[in-house]
Amino acid sequence: MSDFAASASAIDGADPDLKRRMRRAERRRNLAYFALILPLALLVLVAFVWPIASLLVRAVENEGIHDNLPQTVAALRAWDGPELPDERVYRLLADELAQAKGTPKLAAIATRLNREEAGLRSLVMKTARHLPLPADVSAKEALIAIDPAWGEPPIWKTLKRAGHPFTAFYLLAALDLTVDAHGHVALAPPQERVYLDVLGRTFWMSFNVTLLCLLLGFPVAYLMAILPVNRSNLLMLFVLLPFWTSVLVRIAAWIVLLQNEGLVNRLLLSLGLIQSPLPMLFNRFSVYIGMIHILLPFMVLPLYSVMKGISPVYVRAALSLGCPPWRSFWTIYFPQTIPGVGAGVLLVFIMCMGYYITPALLGGPKEQMLSYFIAFYTNQTINWNMAAALSAILLTATLLLYAVYALRFGPTRVKFMKAR
Amino acid sequence: MLPPYASPLERTWYWMHRALVFLILAFLILPILVIIPLSFNADNFLMYPMSGFSLRWYEEFFTSPVWGRSVMNSLIVSPAATLLAMALGTLASVGLVRAEFPGKTALTAVLISPMIVPVVIIGVAMYLFFAPIGLTGSYTGLILAHAILGVPFVITTVTATLVGFDFNLVRAASSLGAGPITTFFRVTLPLVAPGILSGGIFAFATSFDEVVVTLFLAAPEQSTLPRQMFAGIRENISPTIAAAATILVIVSTLMLLTLEWLRRRNERLRTALI
Repeated sequence: MSDFAASASAIDGADPDLKRRMRRAERRRNLAYFALILPLALLVLVAFVWPIASLLVRAVENEGIHDNLPQTVAALRAWDGPELPDERVYRLLADELAQAKGTPKLAAIATRLNREEAGLRSLVMKTARHLPLPADVSAKEALIAIDPAWGEPPIWKTLKRAGHPFTAFYLLAALDLTVDAHGHVALAPPQERVYLDVLGRTFWMSFNVTLLCLLLGFPVAYLMAILPVNRSNLLMLFVLLPFWTSVLVRIAAWIVLLQNEGLVNRLLLSLGLIQSPLPMLFNRFSVYIGMIHILLPFMVLPLYSVMKGISPVYVRAALSLGCPPWRSFWTIYFPQTIPGVGAGVLLVFIMCMGYYITPALLGGPKEQMLSYFIAFYTNQTINWNMAAALSAILLTATLLLYAVYALRFGPTRVKFMKAR
Repeated sequence: MLPPYASPLERTWYWMHRALVFLILAFLILPILVIIPLSFNADNFLMYPMSGFSLRWYEEFFTSPVWGRSVMNSLIVSPAATLLAMALGTLASVGLVRAEFPGKTALTAVLISPMIVPVVIIGVAMYLFFAPIGLTGSYTGLILAHAILGVPFVITTVTATLVGFDFNLVRAASSLGAGPITTFFRVTLPLVAPGILSGGIFAFATSFDEVVVTLFLAAPEQSTLPRQMFAGIRENISPTIAAAATILVIVSTLMLLTLEWLRRRNERLRTALI
């Protein structure tokens, strides 16, 4: 850059027109380079960022009531009673429910209300059967006659609450929290708690896999770092071949090995270590084995790249000064590997958190992690709001960890990450 | 390695360390090797001992309409997605290295975020976005999705190459009268090609091994090879899976060797320049 600075100062004395022309040319070139980014930026914004943003909006979107009963919801906004709403609100509700009758809207209303309180689906359906009301009767009396529940304030409170365009309901539910009748956030009753368990399991399994990968990866990376280059390259090949092999190939291989008649059980039986085949498949054990097998290279590679740069002279100096080998390793060598350990641990942990395929194919119901439930709510029960809320939690956790990683190691060092 | 004056304790450590690493590497490699012979098994079970040698599972793999279609689909989707990722990713990398503008770091982070966001979230989000506009169950949607997943690898490798690229060479070429296009094809491209190629291999490997997003976006007609393997492992695990696995191992070995060759070539060039 010094030659550039020199030419710039030379221009300082020259005529101002030249300076301006140069600045303009510079700006134009900058713009041309910027234009090169645009096609990709547009694609990523439209087909990636936007879909994820709109998925996250679904986590707080309150569909079903405000879009299908707009006038009732608007009228209820003014009501905040212990007493019942007035006749106008009853009439609006009766009319809008009558309009929804026979269309998918009615089912949407019923489903949404039922999520607030079990039993409200049948109330809505029962009420709709008696609609539309004749124009000359009191809607209030007619609805209460259909079901006395319409004569109690709680149902209107529920309707009003469910009628907000946005809700924290799903996000709270994804953390096993509910809003009780007084508007306080509280833990769901124990028999209804699901997600804290799933979230805890996701973290716990990721933690264990990361720890095991570190324990297994460290000695491998260390040996590769201290061996001469031609031999460490050979070891590297042993790490890279599984790294490049399809995840599905490796999962299939583990099924072959771990099944009841598989090689591992046969070996243990023939050695007389066990009397009957151990159940090693579709449980926590097989998921851990599969995940470690897939993620170990992601631990070894950053560890190795840091260890390769550590000069051996410090340990030698410590040894020559009489420090025992173990202590010189632990106090001199190990602290220098911390950047690699940190990078590997964060990388592996981030990837673990999003695991879906391995637990789905190698685990049982008790091994499924957050990702499984996101897919489940999208495909099986079609509760997109819940899928979105769980996605929001998983994404937040991932991005927080990634922010730590990027601040510490730079955003583009994640070269080896493979989306799985 | 081990000095002659090493104490017995040091010797024990030395050999224990090596034995441990040997076992860990065996843990990494053996499962992949174990499945290959089974693809030549004569009978119906995906387990040892084998009853005889046969190529019937390869015949099944190449002639069955389901597997054949999945191979075809993979050979359509992955190369197309890779080319798209390489083209857009390379252009963007040049821009990211050369242009100065506010928010560059943020934009870079967004462009490489498909590598960080959990795939299930990408799958669900794209499914909900693509379904109303008719891009689910289409090759276009699948190729776009796979290209976006591959882009971060192209960007990281190509920007790394460009940072080491001496732009004075471009200035020299234009001062000698070469136009921008000639300069690009005769000066810039040959020098950054290895970076683009290795980014492309990463992008190809990502797409060629992608299951989750494909599960959400593809109809049975677009089922790719990994998607088919996923279904096969889940529903009826047969030696055809072993045949498919063997072919995939060969493909991944080829990719690994190509990358290794690129790396060595690069190293040679670099040391030759100094």
